[in-house]
Amino acid sequence: MTLFGYRLPGMSSLILWGLLWEIVGQTGLTFFVPPLSEVIATLVEVIQTAAFQKALYETAYAFIAGVFFAIVIGIPVGILMGRTRLLDELLLPWVNVFLSAPLTALVPVLMVLFGFGMKAIIITTTLFAIWIIILNARAGVKQINRSLVEMAHSFGASPWDAFTKIYFWAALPEILGGVRIGIIRAVKGVIIGQLLISIVGFGALFELYSANFLMGHFWAVLIVLFALAFTISEFLAYLERRVSYYADKR
Amino acid sequence: MDMSQTDAPIEPVDAAHESAVSTRNISKNYGEVEALRDLSLEFPRGQLTSLLGPSGCGKTTLLKIIAGLLEPTSGEVEVNGKTVTGPGPDRAFVFQDFALLPWASVIRNVAFGLEMRGVPKAEREDRAAHYIKEVGLGGFENAYPHELSGGMRQRVGLARALSVDSQVLLMDEPFSAVDEQTRRKFQEDLLNLVRNENKTFIFVTHSIEEAVYVSDQIAILLPRPSRVSEIIRPTGFRHKDADNIRRDPEYLDIVDQIWASLRTYVE
Ligand SMILES: Nc1ncnc2c1ncn2[C@@H]1O[C@H](COP(=O)(O)OP(=O)(O)OP(=O)(O)O)[C@@H](O)[C@H]1O
Ligand SMILES: [Mg+2]
Repeated sequence: MTLFGYRLPGMSSLILWGLLWEIVGQTGLTFFVPPLSEVIATLVEVIQTAAFQKALYETAYAFIAGVFFAIVIGIPVGILMGRTRLLDELLLPWVNVFLSAPLTALVPVLMVLFGFGMKAIIITTTLFAIWIIILNARAGVKQINRSLVEMAHSFGASPWDAFTKIYFWAALPEILGGVRIGIIRAVKGVIIGQLLISIVGFGALFELYSANFLMGHFWAVLIVLFALAFTISEFLAYLERRVSYYADKR
Repeated sequence: MDMSQTDAPIEPVDAAHESAVSTRNISKNYGEVEALRDLSLEFPRGQLTSLLGPSGCGKTTLLKIIAGLLEPTSGEVEVNGKTVTGPGPDRAFVFQDFALLPWASVIRNVAFGLEMRGVPKAEREDRAAHYIKEVGLGGFENAYPHELSGGMRQRVGLARALSVDSQVLLMDEPFSAVDEQTRRKFQEDLLNLVRNENKTFIFVTHSIEEAVYVSDQIAILLPRPSRVSEIIRPTGFRHKDADNIRRDPEYLDIVDQIWASLRTYVE
């Protein structure tokens, strides 16, 4: 973006929105929106509390575990679906259904199945993230250059070699794209899990702050969460760009 | 045949007729399409045989059947007396579209065949480096395919096939992606390779001149369903050096003769 001939750094529009927030907050229009400056002061304060750090730890634990399973299961399943017609026909309808299903409605079922603890939250997180990861890995494998597969075959590659040395790498740009979107969905999953299943982590903080009308605290935690999700997503986007040089040359 | 080679320890048949690869009564149908019908052809050991024929006549199909990448509808392929059931270390394929791993450096690409055969990393990189120099890509070991020109990529594919040291090299229009100067250089290199490496080369090309220039034996294929219509063995000028072949009267005659038999299908 350029303004009066000056190149503005990326995301400078955020400054504008931040200013607007501050003004609306200062006018005291609604208790729901305290001034941004106040929120930031609260944020600095909140970050140092034990309650926040415990919440961060619990959330990070469930999030990382959930994403881990989504990736470790999702990528191989997606690759296998892209390769085997039978598996594809068996699983694809389900993957599509779950991708667009309102997963939140499933959370009570998960609670019945897996209890009210961390396990159910992790599974919720995985369920939010995994479908898009599967679909993207599958799409990545589908567009693979046939002659790469023939080449590996002609040099005597075992199925395992073909999997780890051809299919995975050929699909990597799509896989990373899927992981990035999956992780954004996992953030949603972990918070919904924490709100619905057992009140722990950031979910507990949101619950506590909004019940007590601590809007400054509420926004502060939300900003932290957004910033974390944004950082992870940007990091993956960066990895994606690193491999995109070959995306159109497979 | 005036340049017979007799170093292979096989039963003492006439060396000139000893085949490294034989295809027997090969037919191949793609659904309704009959690509090959009852095709039989012998590929003499240590020589270069070209497959020449109009586009779509089944040259790639035949090459892939020999490679074990495609199954014939009927008939069989023998390599060194053994029936082919799939790809094997006795054959290496040079792909028309290079088939390089875009995420791997030149040296990893060249070493890929050795990697699949379980050669330890240090050794396979040594051998890969040797063949990279051999094809004139010294200094590009760590470049990536997208940083190379079409002709250079073609040579990476060639080095990969050479480095596994297979007895039979299957080359599908390996010089299609290069300009005329490079093409001529490659053809000369190929002649030297055939002379020095005692391998059996099976070479697909569209170009009559190229086929006559590099081949010990040229198989002319008819349009679909394809059979061998004619086998030509340019022998008279094979011992001449590269520069003189193109001026040799026999060379020019054979080019004309092949053109005469192919033009009926073009018209
Ligand atoms: N996978 C396939 N499915 C259906 N038909 C095919 C398939 N592959 C090849 N064919 C058909 O078989 C015939 C022979 O194909 P092939 O690729 O072997 O020809 P070619 O001689 O290599 O042609 P070119 O010189 O243009 O490369 C063609 O008519 C083609 O349409
Ligand atoms: Mg072809």
